[in-house]
Amino acid sequence: MTFRRYLVLAGVTVFAATGDSLLSRGMREIGNLSLHHLPELILAILNPWVALGIFFLLGFFATYMTALSWADLTYVLPASSLGYVLLALIAKFLLHEQVSTLRWLGIALISAGVGFVAGGPALTHVPPEQEPAVLDEPVETRAS
Amino acid sequence: MKHLYTWGAIAAIVLASTTGDVLLARAMKQVGDVGELWHRCGLWKVVGRVARNPYFLFGVLSMTVAFYSLLFALSWGDVSLVGPASASLTFVANAIAARIFLHERVDRRRWMAALLVAGGVALLAG
Repeated sequence: MTFRRYLVLAGVTVFAATGDSLLSRGMREIGNLSLHHLPELILAILNPWVALGIFFLLGFFATYMTALSWADLTYVLPASSLGYVLLALIAKFLLHEQVSTLRWLGIALISAGVGFVAGGPALTHVPPEQEPAVLDEPVETRAS
Repeated sequence: MKHLYTWGAIAAIVLASTTGDVLLARAMKQVGDVGELWHRCGLWKVVGRVARNPYFLFGVLSMTVAFYSLLFALSWGDVSLVGPASASLTFVANAIAARIFLHERVDRRRWMAALLVAGGVALLAG
């Protein structure tokens, strides 16, 4: 694991927690949705908070896909789950939601779970059908 | 009733998200190390290679379903419940799915993590 790869995992965490929080704030403004008003759900993305949330979640998606290209799914998910703690802090201090002691304990348990996998190997299986690293057409090599 | 709706939406998130995660993980393993490919071939080659992968396309479709389920759930429940509960249950479901479909070596350490996360979820729901 290189510093750049740790940075990618940190990106997964921060983008996901921020994106979820922005979506939450936007959905509060919109109010409760119902299955009888599906167009409202589509139009929800026009809310600025929801739109910004989607922007952050796109950042999450890009970093997440990058991490999955060199690490196991069962490594990437827990390794980036310190976001739960970040999410709870955002919920408490920015969204002013009630975060009870039991919920804090739950978040602590989840974080402890992270500790178990973080020390292990990042990749345990490479599928045999992996595409060749060199593309068919000639490719200009960038100066390094 | 609102409580039931929230947990129904969380269940939908977990199912769609796990399916999406497994498909995306398989797609990215087929594509190869993005950083290395980017350095060697340029960004657009990498993007093209990812976008042409069928597992990626079905993975994105599953994630879209998960995203709209999340919007429903967030409109009914607290973000500090919906966020961690759906993500943590997805993590446990992913450990099982990754072992079966991706043949990842989910050892005692990773199962232990799954149990701790499941315990955390139970407390969050309490």
